[in-house]
Amino acid sequence: MSPEISFDITFVWAGVIAFTVIMYVLLDGFDLGLGVLFPWLRDERQRDTAMNSVAPIWDFNETWLVLGGAGLFGAFPLAYATLLPAFYLPLLIMLIALVFRGVAFEFRFKVDKHKPFWSGSFFLGSFFATFAQGMVLGSFVQGVPVENRQYAGGAFDWLTPFSLATGAALVAGYALLGATWLVAKTSGALQGWAKGVAMRLLLAVLAFMAVVSLWVPLMDATIAERWFSWPNLLYLSPVPLLVAATAGALWLELRRPSPRRYRPFFLAMGMFLLGFLGLAISLWPNLIPPEISIYEAAAPRSSQVFLLVGMLALLPVLLAYVAYTYWVFRGPVAEDEGYHH
Amino acid sequence: MELDALLLSRIQFAFVVSFHILFPAFTIGLASWLWMLEAMWLWTGRAIYRQLFRFWVKLFAVSFGMGVVSGIIMSYQFGTNWSRFSDIAGPVVGPLMQYEVLTAFFMEAAFLGIMLFGWSRVGNALHFVATSMVALGTVLSTFWIISTNSWMQTPVGFAMEDGRFVPVDWWQIVFNPSFPNRLAHMVLAAYLTTCFVVAGVSAWHIWKRKAPDHARLAFSMAMWFAAIVAPMQIVAGDLNGLTVLEHQPTKLAAIEGHWETRAGAPLILFAVPDAAEERNAYELAIPKLGSLILVHDPNGVVRGLKEWPREDRPPVLIPFFSFRIMVAIGFAMLFVGWMSLWLRRKGRLYDSRWFLLLCMALTPSGFIAVLTGWATAEVGRQPWVVYGHLRTADAVSPIPVESVATSLTAFFLAYMAIFGAGTYYMLRLIAGGPDLATPWEAPTPRATRADQRPKRPLSALDERPDSPESPEPAR
Repeated sequence: MSPEISFDITFVWAGVIAFTVIMYVLLDGFDLGLGVLFPWLRDERQRDTAMNSVAPIWDFNETWLVLGGAGLFGAFPLAYATLLPAFYLPLLIMLIALVFRGVAFEFRFKVDKHKPFWSGSFFLGSFFATFAQGMVLGSFVQGVPVENRQYAGGAFDWLTPFSLATGAALVAGYALLGATWLVAKTSGALQGWAKGVAMRLLLAVLAFMAVVSLWVPLMDATIAERWFSWPNLLYLSPVPLLVAATAGALWLELRRPSPRRYRPFFLAMGMFLLGFLGLAISLWPNLIPPEISIYEAAAPRSSQVFLLVGMLALLPVLLAYVAYTYWVFRGPVAEDEGYHH
Repeated sequence: MELDALLLSRIQFAFVVSFHILFPAFTIGLASWLWMLEAMWLWTGRAIYRQLFRFWVKLFAVSFGMGVVSGIIMSYQFGTNWSRFSDIAGPVVGPLMQYEVLTAFFMEAAFLGIMLFGWSRVGNALHFVATSMVALGTVLSTFWIISTNSWMQTPVGFAMEDGRFVPVDWWQIVFNPSFPNRLAHMVLAAYLTTCFVVAGVSAWHIWKRKAPDHARLAFSMAMWFAAIVAPMQIVAGDLNGLTVLEHQPTKLAAIEGHWETRAGAPLILFAVPDAAEERNAYELAIPKLGSLILVHDPNGVVRGLKEWPREDRPPVLIPFFSFRIMVAIGFAMLFVGWMSLWLRRKGRLYDSRWFLLLCMALTPSGFIAVLTGWATAEVGRQPWVVYGHLRTADAVSPIPVESVATSLTAFFLAYMAIFGAGTYYMLRLIAGGPDLATPWEAPTPRATRADQRPKRPLSALDERPDSPESPEPAR
């Protein structure tokens, strides 16, 4: 096969993986964020409403995480085989946390007396899963040492000031998504509260984005060069400018006495997309920073082709599922819309 | 044996995968059972089917939730603890698992929400589509996982390049030699597992006179199923054994407890295999029957473990005993299934106390059979992770033993807590029995609507569109 063609399919695969990660972050992000906000809701009744707004879709949202893992395994086995051992402990935290928050959806409605316990489980699970994901992201950006196709670092390499910062940043980010979701899906006191929280979270997210955007180029000269050399500066300047514009629009929308339901949510998602784009620009073409590119990590062509056929055929079906499910459960969730299945 | 990262990783994998399989084994069957109940309701319009549906769907939701969270952990195990396997075999195994996610998980997850929460929003027809999709999704998921695992048992369709598996023929890989029989065996196992849970729970409800009409109907359906499917499962298991004989002779020798290669090999019913001495203690065997079953000739030659060097042999104790437990449960299920035919004929299916007790005792039997069956398959494959090509010892991640000890402890504690809570909630649901008080909000099937009611006089009595439920008259 000619190198051009294999270049293309690997590139497409990198795009598919990126798409999967974005879908996961945007979709599971808001229901994780909801869990992060849980302790600040007024009572178990408000928590019921919040939980019911995501109960039919959370499992679906989390499936994108499995798809991302499996996609990496199939299309870039080297990345799967080196990144996962590198992040062994934070992934352990994430998985255990996801277990405790996932079962809370079912268990919380089973016995009234146990409700506060499973609310706590849902909060802690959501918080630690998010924080662990943020730390994995941060230490991924910092780079993973690889020798002989295996991870060559220590068990705690992921624990750095930078990864702690990205962990906190992601908590704020998911919470912002969760708060704007509540603005879209609830009414009355809960919606009013969510609006106020979303405004404060927006300020926190902007601060974190600024800190991380300055910290990364300071850590890595290559990334600094990519962003700040001329004429890249000119081509890439729309990214931070768009972040500012989106944040401004979100702020103004939240300040309206009666914000439009879905607009804050979509604007918050827009901020995530721009952050993701910035990250991709910084890391390209590496899949395992600092030096292994997507081409070096790629699976044999026969694996990539076999997978891509199914992926391209089925992704539209998956998106149709997404659209249909969200359509069925559209509109604000009623206070008494219970968990009686 | 030293407690190194390899051994701990193996224990951890065995633990998380054993824990996980309990839930799919139950939900695969339960999804089809729910499909059956909903179909029967739509067809006959009898409220009893829908009330049974609403009872079992609650158990399904709890079990499915636990299956999802334990499954997410599974999907990361290969990378975190078996990274050399992931790198070497990833090009083959990764795409198969990706197809599972693409074809099964999304379908299940998307339609599960509608199945559990959407009935009043989408109406009967679309709800039935959702239930069907969830049931289909669980079977598709089984398809890909069994294909993957079967490829590791009987690997074909690849070439080795730079010490890695490179797929050559995907058709051969997916439909590898052991796949068809093992798929049938696993799907039937899942169905029987659910069948015996339904039977046990219903027997208990009959015993306690809790919604007895519902319990009898479910019990009757479970017994018909057991009578038909238990013998099919024994045939599927036998076919499976013949594949093992052909492709994995060391596993078969361990299962059978054969050390020596000989003509006219016995069928060993019981023994205590001793790997150090390479012989069996306390052997109870039927002469020549082993050869007859395996090669269909009483004097046929069956190979023993001594034909292979020690480092290529699997441990014998676990496959030997777990296989026998599984087979014993299989025959117990067959006995129950066929006994039910006899009792039914005599009109004593619901009031033979010993039989109800036996069915209650067998409630967890399917789970035990699934676990012991998988232990036979997986331990019997050792010392290989990809049979004949990649040793388990060469597949593990380069991670410190302390990390694995931490994760194993964390998984153990978390699973005990979750499993304990989940079992408790499921038992509470079972103890509560079907909910006959809550009125039905969603539309009723066409057959029971006022304009068509007279066509089905019997079913019309038990369900009116807006009246509270009344229990069925006893049959």
